[in-house]
Amino acid sequence: MQLQTMAAEKLSPAAAPADAAIAIDDVTLRFVTPDGHMMTAIRDFTMTVARGEFACVVGPTGCGKSTTLNLVTGLLRPTTGNVRVMGNPVTEISRDIGFVFQADALFPWRSVIDNVAAGPLYRGTPKAQAYDRARDWIARVGLARFEKHYPHQLSGGMRKRVALAQTFINQPKILLMDEPFSALDMQTRTAMQDELLGLWSELKSSVVFVTHDLEEAVALADKVYVLTAGPGTVKSVYRIDLPRPRVMADIRYDPKFIEIAKVIWNDLREEVQLGQSRGLQTGH
Amino acid sequence: MTAISPASHQAARATSIVAAEARARARLRRRHALVIGLRLAILIVFLALWELGADHGVIDPFFFSSPSGIWEQIWSWVTEGTSQGPLWLQIYVTLEETFLGFAIGAVGGIAAGIILGRNKLLADVFSIYIKIANSVPRVVLGSVFIIALGLGMASKVALAVVMVFFVVFANAFQGVREADRAMIANAQILGASPYQITTTVIIPSAMSWILASLHVSFGFALVGAVVGEFLGAKQGMGLLISTAQGAFNANGVFAAMIILAVMALVVEFIITRFENYVVKWRPAPFNEQGT
Ligand SMILES: Nc1ncnc2c1ncn2[C@@H]1O[C@H](COP(=O)(O)OP(=O)(O)OP(=O)(O)O)[C@@H](O)[C@H]1O
Ligand SMILES: [Mg+2]
Repeated sequence: MQLQTMAAEKLSPAAAPADAAIAIDDVTLRFVTPDGHMMTAIRDFTMTVARGEFACVVGPTGCGKSTTLNLVTGLLRPTTGNVRVMGNPVTEISRDIGFVFQADALFPWRSVIDNVAAGPLYRGTPKAQAYDRARDWIARVGLARFEKHYPHQLSGGMRKRVALAQTFINQPKILLMDEPFSALDMQTRTAMQDELLGLWSELKSSVVFVTHDLEEAVALADKVYVLTAGPGTVKSVYRIDLPRPRVMADIRYDPKFIEIAKVIWNDLREEVQLGQSRGLQTGH
Repeated sequence: MTAISPASHQAARATSIVAAEARARARLRRRHALVIGLRLAILIVFLALWELGADHGVIDPFFFSSPSGIWEQIWSWVTEGTSQGPLWLQIYVTLEETFLGFAIGAVGGIAAGIILGRNKLLADVFSIYIKIANSVPRVVLGSVFIIALGLGMASKVALAVVMVFFVVFANAFQGVREADRAMIANAQILGASPYQITTTVIIPSAMSWILASLHVSFGFALVGAVVGEFLGAKQGMGLLISTAQGAFNANGVFAAMIILAVMALVVEFIITRFENYVVKWRPAPFNEQGT
């Protein structure tokens, strides 16, 4: 209990302030399954991300994490409730948003530089300028020697860096990331997390970062959302008051970090077990 | 214990790597030569058996011709021309019909495939008609086209078009449908308009499907043109075959067949070149070897 006030303060859901970057207000989303039934993916979901805040979302597999991000982009519409981005209801895909996908979403027929320049080119930036910026971003993610390579000629970690550069070049005010590092090895992942925090503090964007990995969430976030097993809803919210700037390689051994992770894990564990037993029952 | 100085060690390793590379290259060259040699040997044995069989009455050259007979026929066509005029004119006429039919059918098929692939409603509405049209034996349409369009080029081109269209359409449609959802969503969020998504995501990702169908459908276009000429024409390789058939000239039929095969192979080679150029981003298969 003492700890919760110290570092991992459990928050009570409050009404979203008008200037929040992202406000998901009491949203329920149902999918029509191929056999014509309705399937609730998320229900009564409320979440607020302030400007410049780094929010992480953890929850068992299939609980609706990706669905939540898609609500913010406008690729999915809520069945009930509403979603606001920068104070405005989501009606179309906002230019303020950047999205790093769970799956590899680079264009395999474009070289690294063409992939990174895609955003500005789509948005009508003159070619020369778009490529200048692309070169700049490729250098910043450490791939200057690989501009002309095609995605299949890169390693998984390098492809993720290209995806980051591709997203960051648009300088999104809102950054959505769907388990971006889950396929990477430990060392690469730690390096990428540091890189991400660096870029985030520079752009001052608001982030929603979805992950399976609770430790990753605690290490990165200002705020951690724990979701229930599907249909997903917010189980609890924790504020993480670890000091910044954080160094990923070291923070894992910080006693305060370990305590926080333990508290949240106790909360999450039930849901993971519930999700697993349900998955087994339905044969997924 | 003796210490090996790292420098000499490294130098030795470098030379051994170079030597291994040279050996690997030599092995590849030898294998390549072996493959070509075996191919030639098979061809020679096949032709020799055929020729000997024809000479000794095992194979009746009246029905099955013989390599020397075919060669004489081709040579006489080249030097003296065919009964319908010079050989090159026949080839030219057939190729022209084939290319026109191929181009129109392919462009139409790609366009229709992309439009229906991008529009669910149109796809649902038209799919039934396309199924019906596709189930009509297309060679029968040749007769319809000759009645409607006459003995000239138009009827052959039309037949080649229908032969090509459905194959290319089906592949383009499938290719569009298979375009990766995540990739499309990525382009949308990066700021692409629907038109930009079609040109920069849908078409490139359908490209390997489309190119695969172009390989097959060029052969179909050639079949369409030749069958069209067969059914009724004033010029062309198909007419040459049907004339030879009417005169029980097996040499003529085989000779025309071989000329058509060479034409198809040459164009196939050009399409492969084009394909390699267009999809140079594709990873090479792990067992890539010279063929
Ligand atoms: N297009 C769709 N049609 C029908 N059901 C869907 C669709 N997309 C997702 N779902 C369902 O919604 C639920 C939530 O899916 P979602 O992808 O959001 O899970 P997730 O939390 O991201 O899981 P993971 O951690 O494995 O990525 C799942 O049960 C899934 O089957
Ligand atoms: Mg997901």
